[in-house]
Parts: sequence; C-alpha cells; structure tokens
Amino acid sequence: MIADRAGAPGLGSSGLGSPVLGSRVPRVEDERLLTVGGTYVDDLRIPELAGAARVTFVRSPVAHALVTGIDASAALAEPGVVAVLTSADMPEGEQIQAGEGEADPQDDSKPMPEPLLATGRVRYVGEPIAIVVTDGKYQGEDAAELVSVDYEPLPAVASIGDALAGQSLLFPEAGSNIASSGGDDDTGDALFEGCGVVVSATIVNQRVAPVPLEVRGAAAVWDDGRLTVWASTQNSQIARGQLVGDLGLDPAQVRVVTPDVGGGFGAKIGIDRETIAVARAAQHTGRPVRWSETRSENLVAMTHGRAQLQAITIGGTSAGQVLAYRLDVVQDVGAYPRASYLPVLTRKMASGTYLIPRVEVPYRVVVTSTTPIAAYRGAGRPEATAAIERAMDMFAATAGLDPAEVRRQNLVPPDRFPYTTPTGATYDTGDYLVALDKVLTAAGYQDLRTEQAARRARRDVRQLGLGLSVYVEITAGDAEDGESGRVDIHEDGRATVYTGSSAHGQGHDTAWSMLVQDELGIPIADVTVIHGDTDLIPNGTGTFGSRSLQLGGAAVHKAAGLVKDQARGLAAGLSGAAEEDMEFDPRLGVWRVHGEPGTELEWGKIAGAAGPAGLTADVMYTAQSPTFPFGVHLAVVEVDTETGQARLIRHVSVDDAGRVLNPLLAEGQRHGGIAQGVAQALVEEVIYDADGNPLTSSLADYATITAAELPSFELIASETPTGINPLGAKGIGEAGTIGATPAVQNAVIDAVAHLGVRHIDMPTSPQRVWAAISDATSERKDGGR
Amino acid sequence: MKVEITVNGDPVAADVEDRMLLVHFVRDVAGLTATNVGCDTTSCGACTVLLDGESVKSCTLLAAQADGQRVTTVEGLAVKRAGEAGRGELHPVQRAFHEQHGLQCGFCTPGMVMALVSLLRENPHPTEEQVRSGLEGNLCRCTGYHNIIRAALAAAEDPALAAATATILTPVPAAAAEGSDR
Repeated sequence: MIADRAGAPGLGSSGLGSPVLGSRVPRVEDERLLTVGGTYVDDLRIPELAGAARVTFVRSPVAHALVTGIDASAALAEPGVVAVLTSADMPEGEQIQAGEGEADPQDDSKPMPEPLLATGRVRYVGEPIAIVVTDGKYQGEDAAELVSVDYEPLPAVASIGDALAGQSLLFPEAGSNIASSGGDDDTGDALFEGCGVVVSATIVNQRVAPVPLEVRGAAAVWDDGRLTVWASTQNSQIARGQLVGDLGLDPAQVRVVTPDVGGGFGAKIGIDRETIAVARAAQHTGRPVRWSETRSENLVAMTHGRAQLQAITIGGTSAGQVLAYRLDVVQDVGAYPRASYLPVLTRKMASGTYLIPRVEVPYRVVVTSTTPIAAYRGAGRPEATAAIERAMDMFAATAGLDPAEVRRQNLVPPDRFPYTTPTGATYDTGDYLVALDKVLTAAGYQDLRTEQAARRARRDVRQLGLGLSVYVEITAGDAEDGESGRVDIHEDGRATVYTGSSAHGQGHDTAWSMLVQDELGIPIADVTVIHGDTDLIPNGTGTFGSRSLQLGGAAVHKAAGLVKDQARGLAAGLSGAAEEDMEFDPRLGVWRVHGEPGTELEWGKIAGAAGPAGLTADVMYTAQSPTFPFGVHLAVVEVDTETGQARLIRHVSVDDAGRVLNPLLAEGQRHGGIAQGVAQALVEEVIYDADGNPLTSSLADYATITAAELPSFELIASETPTGINPLGAKGIGEAGTIGATPAVQNAVIDAVAHLGVRHIDMPTSPQRVWAAISDATSERKDGGR
Repeated sequence: MKVEITVNGDPVAADVEDRMLLVHFVRDVAGLTATNVGCDTTSCGACTVLLDGESVKSCTLLAAQADGQRVTTVEGLAVKRAGEAGRGELHPVQRAFHEQHGLQCGFCTPGMVMALVSLLRENPHPTEEQVRSGLEGNLCRCTGYHNIIRAALAAAEDPALAAATATILTPVPAAAAEGSDR
C-alpha cells in the first residue's frame, strides 16, 4: 500500500501559484534509460577514447605485508601489454587526498598517508600495487596474473580488537593503530547519578558494502598538456580538485566529466586512488586509457561503510524518563583514515529525537588491515540512530515499559524547536510526537501487540516482532559550502540549467526543470539540465549528504528568480511601458503590460533583447545551517523460532523532509533508503577472517538484499517545512536508511524477547537468531535449576 | 572463431575470441551498450537479455554459445513500425517502469526490464510474491524494488502486453527494419 498524499500541503505555495511543485511528475530521465540505456563510463564510445588502452590493477592478495620486490618482466613480454607501472614510476611520496569530510579539528590525528600505489607495504587485501596497461580488455587480467610480487607477510590487524591490542602496527612510525580520538571525556558512573535504571551493552554496527550496481570506472586522455578524466563520481568538481592536488596541475589544465552514474551511495564522493592512477597511466603511455573494475575488485577496493563498535549505557527513572546516555565509539576506518569524521557526526546526532539532559560521546578511530571505510548512505548518522534506538529498547525492556511509550515520554516536544542538543546540534523544525502517532495508528500498533501476545501464549513457531525507530538526522551538513545554479534563457524560449549538483539516480533533471517551470512558466519539456562537466560548471560541490534539493535546487530557484527580475526591465523596454506596469503570467510563461491583453511577450523574445551576455543568472547559494529531517519507522517481522529465520512482513514509515517538490521522487528515495536499511539489519555484512582475508568478495558471497526478501513499504506523507532555505525542503536521500535499520533490528529482537533474548547484533541472520534463542533458553533452564 | 548472432533483428557476424562473453559481443561488437555488467558471479542480472525468447544472463554465456541464435536487448523493445519517425512506441513494461517510477540510476533497468518481459510471458498474471521471487536474480540498489514490483503488476494489467512481446520476438529480416539506427 502506498499512502495517498491527498491533502498534504505540497510545495505549490512557494512559487506564484503554479501547480507543478508538489505534484507527481514522472521523470524526464526515463525514456533514454529505458530504451537505449544510460551512458555510463564504460559505455562511452566517443572519438577521444578511440583506441583507448585498458587499465587493470595488480592488487594485494594479503592483508598486511612488506613488499620486497616487483617483477613485471613476464607480464611485459605478453602480447598486447603496453606498460606496467608501479610506485617506482610515480613521483616520490605521491599520496592521495581523501575526497570528503573534515576531521574534528580538536582531535589528535596522526599522519597515516595513503599512497597512489603501495610503496613498501600493503595494508589490505585489494590494495593496488601496480597498473597493467593493455590493448585489449581480456589481456589485462592475464597480464596482471604474471606480475610477480614478493611479500614478507606481517600479522594482520583484522579487527578493532586487533587494532586496539596494538601487537601489529600498520603505521609503525605512528606508534599506534589509533589514528585519532576525540569527543567527550568519559566521566564514569557520575554520569548516571540519580538513575534507578541503568543498562549497558556493547553492540556492533557492522561493516557493509555500498554495492552501487555500476562499479567504479574512469577514462583519461592527455591532449596538449591538458587532462580530461571521465569518472563515475558524485561530484566532478571535487574530483577535479583531487586531480589538481595529486598531480600538481593548474586547475585550468584539468577537466572532469561525469557521464551517467549507476549509483553512488556515498562511496563515489570524489575519486579514489585508482582514478588518479588511471590519469597517471594516460600520462605515462601517451594514450587514452580506460578502466572499469570487476565486481570482485569492487567489493574489496571500493570503500566500505559503518564499522563501529559501540559501548552504550543509558540510565533513567523506573517510570521511563531517560536522564543520561553514554555512547563510546570505536570507529574502524580500515587501512587508511579517510573517514575520521564519521564518529564526529555520530557524536553530533547521538541523542537522537530525545531530551536527554546528560550525554557524552568519547570516540577513537582505529586503522585495521581491511578495505578503507568512507561514507555510505547516512555516514555516521545511521550509527548514531542504531545506538540510541537499541538503547531505548533495552531501557524500556529493563524498566518493563512499552518501547513506544518510553519514546513518547522522552521525545523533544514541538515547542522546544529550534532545539540544541547536549552535543551541539541545533534541530530546526520537527514534530516527533505527531509522526509517532501517525505510524502507530497506521500500523495498528495495539492490534499487532495483541497478535504478538496471542502467538506467544500459544508458543507459535512463528513469532511476531515489532520494532520502532524514531529518528532525526542531519542533511546538508556542509550548508556553508553551498551549491551553484545557473539558468540561461534562449531565443527559442527554451531554458538551460547548469547545476553543481550531480545526480546519479535522484532525478535532478526532472526536479530542477520543475523549479524552472514553477518560477518562469517554461514547460519542463523545454528545460535542459546539465551537470558534471567542470568546463561548463567550474564551481560546484556535488551530491552527497542529502544536500542537493536544499542547496542545488535552491540555487536554481534563486537563479530563475534573478532571470525574472532581469526580464521585467527587458520586457518593459520591448513594450515601451514602465517596469512596474509589467506583469508576469506564470501559467503561460509570458509577460504583458498590466491590463492590456495582446501585449504578451514570450521568453524567447525577451531573451533576444538581452544583448550579448544573454538572459542568464548564475547563483552560488549557501544556507546558514544544515536541516534536520525526522521520522518514525515501525517494522513488523516474523521469526521462525526453529530456524532463526527473520522475515520482514510490514514496514510503515513517516519520513518528514520538509516540503516535498515531487512526491514520486521523494517516495523513490524513501523506498531505496528503507531497503538498504533493512539490508543492514537482516542480511548484509562484510566479513574478514582472522588473517584479514575478505570472505565476502563477490556478489555470490555478499548477501545483497533482493526483491524476494522485502515487502512493499507503507509510506505515510508528512511535511514539516524548514525556514532554512526558500524551498522549505530538507534532504530525503538517506533518511530511509537511517530510520529503517534500527526498526528492523529491534523488531527481530522483540520477536524473541519473551524467550529471554536481550540483544542480537546485525545482521540478524538465522544463525545469530537461532544461537540467541538457544543461549537464552539454556540460560533460563540453568537458572531454573 | 566466427559467430553470427541476430541482435534485435539484425544479423551481426564477427570473428571473436573463443572466450568472448555474450555480453561483450552485444556491447563491443554489436555496439549496443544498454546491457550492463554488474558482477562476475551471475548474481546481479544487469546483463539479462533474451536468447531465442528466453531470459539469460549474458555474462554467463559465451558469444559462441549464442551462435546462430536471436538475442533481444532492451534496445529492441520499443518497436518502430515501417515509416514511423524516431523511436518506436514503448513496450508496456518500459511504459510501466516510467509511470511507476521503477528506475532511478538506470543501471539495473535494461536487465530488469528484460527479466520482467520474460517473466510476464511465462506467467501473464503473477501475484506480488511471484514477481518478487521471479526477480530474485536481478539486483537493484536504488528503488528498494518497491516500484519495480508496482511496474511489473501494472504491466501485467496492460492489454497490449502479450502482443507487444510477441512482436519483438518475431524475427524481422534486417532489410525490413526501416530506419535502423545501425
């Protein structure tokens, strides 16, 4: 069931009464994608890449070792091999720059540089060691096998436990595997003074793989001292900045083009070292080169997400009021600390939707001999939400209270906004209580509890579990970086939008065209949206952190408004009337002299009068602060108590991201987000053995969630506008993931709570659930003796 | 080795490496890039095409195995009638994907559409559960499958579905395919 959004306020009020905003406009992107397919990097059949050589990476098969020799002679003797490049061919000490986020300036981070190609030491299975350049596609894999690398194995640092033990150091010069630490001091038991109920647990927010369906790919050409790189990225301008920095070039020497991108989910923010290496390979060989990784490479060499060990303690009164919360985070960042900012975000969002007087979040960041961690849909916020939502359930269970009622009692009430949390986040707007009631009512919460009680009473093999998550998250966390938007009006009456946002499935072409139609009355079909080419859009930030509509969309809205301001004068000049006598009809997209029918001027005519500069406006829109979407998810699962199999049978959600521009797109973001959230709770996990070998390095081993494991989702409309931006919009790209994971995990645990189970780490696989039931049952038997 | 495969009605003959995968024949020899490669373990279904009308994962067949047979890709779905300008009318499954917002980044879409054309040919009126289990071998990371399922169920209700599928599976000599893009 898809909830009818009739009666929801929509965005229509922001413009001049145009009905387009807030309506379910099907996408303009679709026809091409459905009939001839998108043009992803590996699909490029352009003259610049004619005869391009293929890049294949030689990657480390061991987790941690010294590299004592590389012999490429056998590979070089193979037919079709153009070159084999190692760190010896790279400028000394060349390191890549992380493409995202900023570490907490207060922390004590140690330098742990990531080289372009392994120099002397490998730190994870999959780390690039050498580049093989071949004429043909299939020759690369053959030749890569022939590159002989000598390894002197070192003990792996395969887990957070190994990292903290410090027996083996990935960066001996740093003296520790702790890359940085920060946050609050741990004040011990004092934090929980006056708490009648105190609950502690150590839980794992497991490592997962982003798995965009399009793997990473790039192509590069040097022409007359100028580098052009085509890359599957979420932001060509950030990618250009990395190339400029890493290759020591002038910004004018580098052009980055982003063709269609087959999903990113945070893992394609900027570019990874492979893409920089591809640019180096083009430079070395003097040929155009292209690279597309395999999925098995992708699963070990594209960044992973999450990977936190969380020690939580929550305390409050026996009546259910929460007084204090500590979240002690150890963030595994993999072999190189690109993502030291993740626990900073986790800390910021630690107290969630609750009024908790005392909160402290100390954190440590550790390196392990595993694939580096970076942003993955939510990036730091899902980890915060998972922790507090498990904590609330454990607190409720220990206090013997209903988890929905404990949440209701502690939610930040609507009259407290803007609300600043103990960890320094200022929530703009929200109505958490209404959202909770909407979900409980729509789901039939009391009836479900009755059904659950009946199944428990009759010891049904299939038990019912209900799981709640009441979440708030932060979007456009880098609001001050802003986004670019330019609107050009042409003499044929059409418009072109240049945006710094960088869609990879979100539907920006449709959304930005709707904004132009709303403001200027130019039909969606007459608007062209261009993104992802640094020659055309030199300034921009891109798409991540659920920032696009509220920054990039707002920039387009503003630019269209400025175009309209200019047009008034031009229209007055053409009409021989005073500016104040000109009126704009947004329905028809025409100007006329007020009260004089027949004086209509269309956009093309006005653009023709604009002079050589044309009718155009270019805006860099920055917002004063981030926005804080919120919502409530209720998951209903059935758990087979004999096999441990958990099945999600219903998922009901409110995801309130302020005003909605296009409900079709917003719902699509929620659906995808929920599925990825459910995936983490139920099935997905990147696993390493004790020697640091990845056990989930193909899609046959990594349990990517399928259609067969999911129900249809029940979405409830809710729009609480923000005043932070002119659209009243917050971000929706990551909310579903943030809300869904803890709801589903809580539901699985709830299904077997009556058997004595208190917690099950994610993914709540049949083995884990069965073992938890088995352990709890034997404990109860032992206790009964 | 020499192979000749009829791709969307047009015969494509080439001398290819023995180990060339069918998906690379379609992409690099026939030059049709809608069919994507998303994995190397036959898990994701992005490369799904029809081989003599049956859905197959074209990354798991050699081009040699398709020699003399007919391959249909998503580019062959919107059939253009003689004299018709531009692109042909969308197949009901394509139309349903658009109307139900069954695609986002579009990477899984060609394979997903072809898998559904095949599924609906075998089972014209599936339940939601049958569609879900039928799509287990096609991964989508963007939509949560929700609107793909809606699109499948909507396409099943389209009275034009069976005829449209029959049309695209009827071999058409190359000369008759007026205005072919290649």
